[in-house]
Amino acid sequence: MSPVMVPATDHAPVVRSFSPGDFEVPHGREEEWRFTPLTRLQGLHESPEALAEPEITVAGIDASAVQRLVLDAGLRARVSTPVDRIAAHSWQLADHATVISIPAETTLDDLIAVQVHTPAGTSFGHLVVEVGAFATVTVLITFTGAGAFAGSVDINAGDHSHVTAGSVFESDRQAVTAARIHVRLGRDANVRSSVITLGGDLTRIHATVEYTAPGGDAELLGLFFADAGQHHEHRVFVDHSQPHCRSSVTYKGALDGAGTHTVWIGDVLVRAGAVGIDTYEVNRNLVLSDGARADSVPNLELETGEVVGAGHASATGRFDDEQLFYLRSRGIPEEIARMLVVRGFFADILRRTNIPDLPTRIMSIIDDRLGVTDLVDEVISA
Amino acid sequence: MSTLEIRNLHAAVETDAGPEPILRGVDLTVVGGQTHAVMGPNGSGKSTLAYVIAGHPKYKVTAGSITLDGVDVLEMTIDERARAGLFLAMQYPVEIPGVSVSNFLRTSVGAIRGEAPKLRLWLKEMKDAMAALSIDPTFAERNVNEGFSGGEKKRHEILQLELLKPKIAVLDETDSGLDVDALRVVSEGVNRFRESGDTGTLLITHYTRILRYITPDFVHVFVDGRIVESGGPELATQLEDEGYERFIALAQKEGATP
Ligand SMILES: Nc1ncnc2c1ncn2[C@@H]1O[C@H](COP(=O)(O)OP(=O)(O)O)[C@@H](O)[C@H]1O
Ligand SMILES: [Mg+2]
Repeated sequence: MSPVMVPATDHAPVVRSFSPGDFEVPHGREEEWRFTPLTRLQGLHESPEALAEPEITVAGIDASAVQRLVLDAGLRARVSTPVDRIAAHSWQLADHATVISIPAETTLDDLIAVQVHTPAGTSFGHLVVEVGAFATVTVLITFTGAGAFAGSVDINAGDHSHVTAGSVFESDRQAVTAARIHVRLGRDANVRSSVITLGGDLTRIHATVEYTAPGGDAELLGLFFADAGQHHEHRVFVDHSQPHCRSSVTYKGALDGAGTHTVWIGDVLVRAGAVGIDTYEVNRNLVLSDGARADSVPNLELETGEVVGAGHASATGRFDDEQLFYLRSRGIPEEIARMLVVRGFFADILRRTNIPDLPTRIMSIIDDRLGVTDLVDEVISA
Repeated sequence: MSTLEIRNLHAAVETDAGPEPILRGVDLTVVGGQTHAVMGPNGSGKSTLAYVIAGHPKYKVTAGSITLDGVDVLEMTIDERARAGLFLAMQYPVEIPGVSVSNFLRTSVGAIRGEAPKLRLWLKEMKDAMAALSIDPTFAERNVNEGFSGGEKKRHEILQLELLKPKIAVLDETDSGLDVDALRVVSEGVNRFRESGDTGTLLITHYTRILRYITPDFVHVFVDGRIVESGGPELATQLEDEGYERFIALAQKEGATP
């Protein structure tokens, strides 16, 4: 099958295809790969083989709502077409998806909890969350494991549906993850999708938004905490092709330790017909120590001036020696001082995820990584 | 009763051009119950003295000693010094984005007292302490020093002083940048602290204005990195009338004959 060529804009992907051969092997100079340390991808970007299968378990919903579907024409229409070689390989090497279907007009009170566990070796997998019209659902997807994993999550929010989704990447320190999280919004659909990245040696998340009808409202939230040389890369692409939709993108990252690198690219494209849209994107980073580097590149491309709002912001701040001195001069030990600052920095974004128990769990993982011992925690914070 | 003892203290600041000596032999003893005013011209090294006591990493002690009740302060980390009972109200308090005043205060009080205060009691304690300093209750939810005016920052420093109840407090130009009303409110806070027990106060100032509200037991004139003259409150009056010129000349003369 020949690749679909899309009219060139600055930020929309040029090639969309399920065939890996339609994409060159990246060499690192390409715009979308220039921040990624390719040598640490464990070959995912070249010609990988599937050596294992991820274990995907779904809890919180009746088993009859979960199916395994092969990648036929029907499924292709319901998932995002790959825009890079890794994604194309992931469908070639795992040509099926776990599909969770929520019927129209159902409100699920329980959280749907999905666990994607990737064993050692290279594996590929796909998840589709199909939300019917007027349905309301909350789904939390947790990625764990040790290997190199490439895959996708497609969230198809039907007309007037309300979807709260969270994707938490907490693989082991040596793991590599390249994942796409695609949100597709029907008429007046409302989606809040949060990405939380903590784990891995290299984690590269491509979060994309597509509107199929007017009135969609997408809230994208992101939190990443990288330390000890981790590479966390988040690339957002919101494609405003429909009128009167809204997008709001907020990513916050904290970095600690020499060699740690985070990348945030926020591309928003407002196409000529997308009048009356409202979009805002912001990335804030907090650098906790010397030698950690945060790259942050917001891009807003407007093909129409008839918008309600369009803006972006990016700022990287440091937790500096003077702040540390001030807190310590009040008796607060260094680790607790860092914890206070990081907790303060992440508090609002965690609250906004709207996923029960998630803020506490994520903060305690980060506390641990900041070296806050249980004892000190008990005595001081409570 | 606590004693802070500073002996022959020499310290240098780390600059790009290497260490630059600032403190040149400071001798000072502050005993609980006493208030000492250290007065000197700008650039004489007063803040450096305050920072060295608190353990700021930019300053290196090159000679001399500081002890608190006989224990070597210079061996302690910054936070250990605070937990040992030292407090510094800073001339330029630092903004801490993302950390609310209430969270900061509770963590700090917990660290100093050794256990987190019980939430209900704590809220009342904080509210009362803020009211005494005419600090708007909404400040509890604001980020530490972020967007505070000069006067608000100084009140917030004194709020910490009153909540942390140190053995020895160093107040670095707490009076600067305050209008008359704020100066009175802040001074009342310092006086409450002084009367709260056998606490020692080292009041660093450039002007005599604050000494109308806070009467010191001892006044030291600080020039060129050391104390050149000490006396009672009358020395402050003399400084108000004459300025620092005579002492600067004196320091230069002494400096010329090592
Ligand atoms: N961080 C620093 N870097 C360079 N010089 C400094 C630094 N801190 C203080 N100094 C110098 O040390 C001297 C004393 O400064 P300071 O202690 O702030 O005096 P004061 O508080 O009496 O005005 C000044 O000449 C000042 O320029
Ligand atoms: Mg000063």
